[in-house]
Amino acid sequence: MSLLWLRFALGCYFVGLIYAFVALTRTSDLFSRIALHAASLGMVFHFVSLVEVFVSGQFVWASVHNGESLLAFISMSFFMLIYAIYQTTSPGVVVFPIVFFLTFVAAMDEQPVLLTALVSHKGWLVAHIILIFTGYAALVLSFGASLLYLLQESRLKSKKATSLISFLPALEVIDQIGYRSLLLGFPFMTLGLLTGSVVALTTYGKVDFLDPKILLSVLMWAVYMIMVFTRWNSGWRGRRAAFLATFAFVAALAAWAANYFSTIHRFAAS
Amino acid sequence: MRFQLIGVNHKSAPLEIRERLAIPESRLPDTCRELTAYPGIEEGMVISTCNRVEVVTHTVNGHADLRGFLHDHFHLKPEELDAHLYEFREKDAVRHIFRVAASLDSMVVGEAQILGQVKEAYATARAVGAVRGQLDQLFSRAFAVAKRVRTETAVGSSSVSIASVAVELAKKIFGSLHGKNVFIVGAGKMSELAARHLMAHGCGSIFVANRTYERAIGLAQKFDGQAIKFEDLYSTCDRADIVITSTGAPHAIFRREHGEQFLARRKNRPMFFIDIAVPRDVSQDMAKLDGIFAYDIDDLQQAVSSHVADRRKEAERAEEIIAGEVERFEARLQTLDVVPTIVSLQDHLETIRQAEIDRVRGRMGQLTPEQEMAVEALTRGIINKVMHTPITTLKSAARESEATTVVDVVRRLFNLQVKGKEAGDPAAAKKAEVGTRQ
Repeated sequence: MSLLWLRFALGCYFVGLIYAFVALTRTSDLFSRIALHAASLGMVFHFVSLVEVFVSGQFVWASVHNGESLLAFISMSFFMLIYAIYQTTSPGVVVFPIVFFLTFVAAMDEQPVLLTALVSHKGWLVAHIILIFTGYAALVLSFGASLLYLLQESRLKSKKATSLISFLPALEVIDQIGYRSLLLGFPFMTLGLLTGSVVALTTYGKVDFLDPKILLSVLMWAVYMIMVFTRWNSGWRGRRAAFLATFAFVAALAAWAANYFSTIHRFAAS
Repeated sequence: MRFQLIGVNHKSAPLEIRERLAIPESRLPDTCRELTAYPGIEEGMVISTCNRVEVVTHTVNGHADLRGFLHDHFHLKPEELDAHLYEFREKDAVRHIFRVAASLDSMVVGEAQILGQVKEAYATARAVGAVRGQLDQLFSRAFAVAKRVRTETAVGSSSVSIASVAVELAKKIFGSLHGKNVFIVGAGKMSELAARHLMAHGCGSIFVANRTYERAIGLAQKFDGQAIKFEDLYSTCDRADIVITSTGAPHAIFRREHGEQFLARRKNRPMFFIDIAVPRDVSQDMAKLDGIFAYDIDDLQQAVSSHVADRRKEAERAEEIIAGEVERFEARLQTLDVVPTIVSLQDHLETIRQAEIDRVRGRMGQLTPEQEMAVEALTRGIINKVMHTPITTLKSAARESEATTVVDVVRRLFNLQVKGKEAGDPAAAKKAEVGTRQ
């Protein structure tokens, strides 16, 4: 049943996906409203799906599908938060496709994939997952904002920004969205990694820094920290910030993909 | 729908004529009263702005002599005036009013002032009782249409002067302009205008630098700003988010190294240069820096013309909206029109009367012509008495907003079915079919 709700949510997010593609070429107030409503409705379905799977006791924290679904939901929540503050749907251009992809994978009717290692401290694991996913979601948003920043900057530089057709918010607003997501995400990411280390310690008795998963996660965290630092210290934004954000995002993807190579963070079909 | 409109605007008449027709605000109420007292006119109002003078009326038969009214009122000879007048009736008058209120007929299409002016004219005429049922309907709708055009198209959203384009660009960069600082380099009329626009949108402090320090002080005082010595330009410029520069310098005064300094001191927060100097004050390689947005006079001019083109495109969309709204308004008025209902009611009762007379005639046997007349008079009298109240109610309802409800109730009570689309037309209304099912 929860899978059904998730698929309804997927249908709604699909509208958002279409919006993401259309919004790049033309502006339509009506369409952005439709996308917003569809996304809200999708979130309701999504929430129902998560609650149901949780209540029915089938929720497995260490399942990849559940994780993806949760990550998509947290990302959408961030998107809505930004909408509430800035009244703009433009981050959806980046967030919607990612959320759609995550939900799509989660809604596939495959055997859930489970973490192979048996974890002794479930509380730490739950904390690890929620914290790190919030961090990921903030990173996704910050990445999206930096892409939009580049887009808006190039429009302003090419002097085409004066056209009526411009759905993007002001440059400084985009910048603020990116920076705030970054700041918000950093403590979550840090705590997420720390709790992850605790889980690893309690399960394996040590943290193997040469494991690809851990190596890439630490790399991602380092890039994240450099981003926050350069921004805070010298106000890096625009192209340089976008490079860093892209790098962090790729590192995050790599860290995610590393599940398939890691010995300690491996998932397998149950 | 017997609307009739006559007037002149900036396209049809030269300024001299418009000046002679312009009615000062204080005289408007009297003019409205005079208008409604004119033969054939039921309701009327006058819109008088610097670009147009229009007389809008609802007439008794759709053929009031509005030209005559203008000649009388302004003491003008027909040959002086008539060539400049335009006249619209019925649907065309409705469309014209919608277009005027939506600012599509304005000199600067999309300017927002006209709607306010029409609203004032409406309020004035309404206060003296010159606008009641029909014109009330027309103008309430016109205001709604204007609002729709404003929200659904971008006809009024883009600005067309260089100063307002500069403001719009600044907003694209900074979002809100509140608390942003402006630096005027080189005091000139145009920079002053741009600064005034920026201040009007919430910019914070103003700095002024000029080769002649006294002029800088003069301009700074106007804005309650701060004059800066020209030597200190580079050391203070980074305090400003928006720089309006228009010096007569033969070479660029802002070069790449300056831009880099500014950005470093500003921790890379962006800066917007409005460069209206010819030759330009901001060098090309500085304009390329990340975080520096420099628009020269050509860029701004281009933005202005692209706005004009955009507006034209949006105006086309607005015209489509208006065409649809005119149709809807017409349809709505038809349902409000009580004439067909009254006619059907009369027909309906007459049919009943005839049927009843025919039914009893057999029983009464042969009647003398006098008896025949008496029966006729008696039954007619009853019918007329019965119909009196519903008809007066319908007629008075036609002038109120409750017309649809009353019409609906009467139709239901008497089971009347009105067909025929041209309900406003008396001939068609006569043909209105009467439901006699009982």
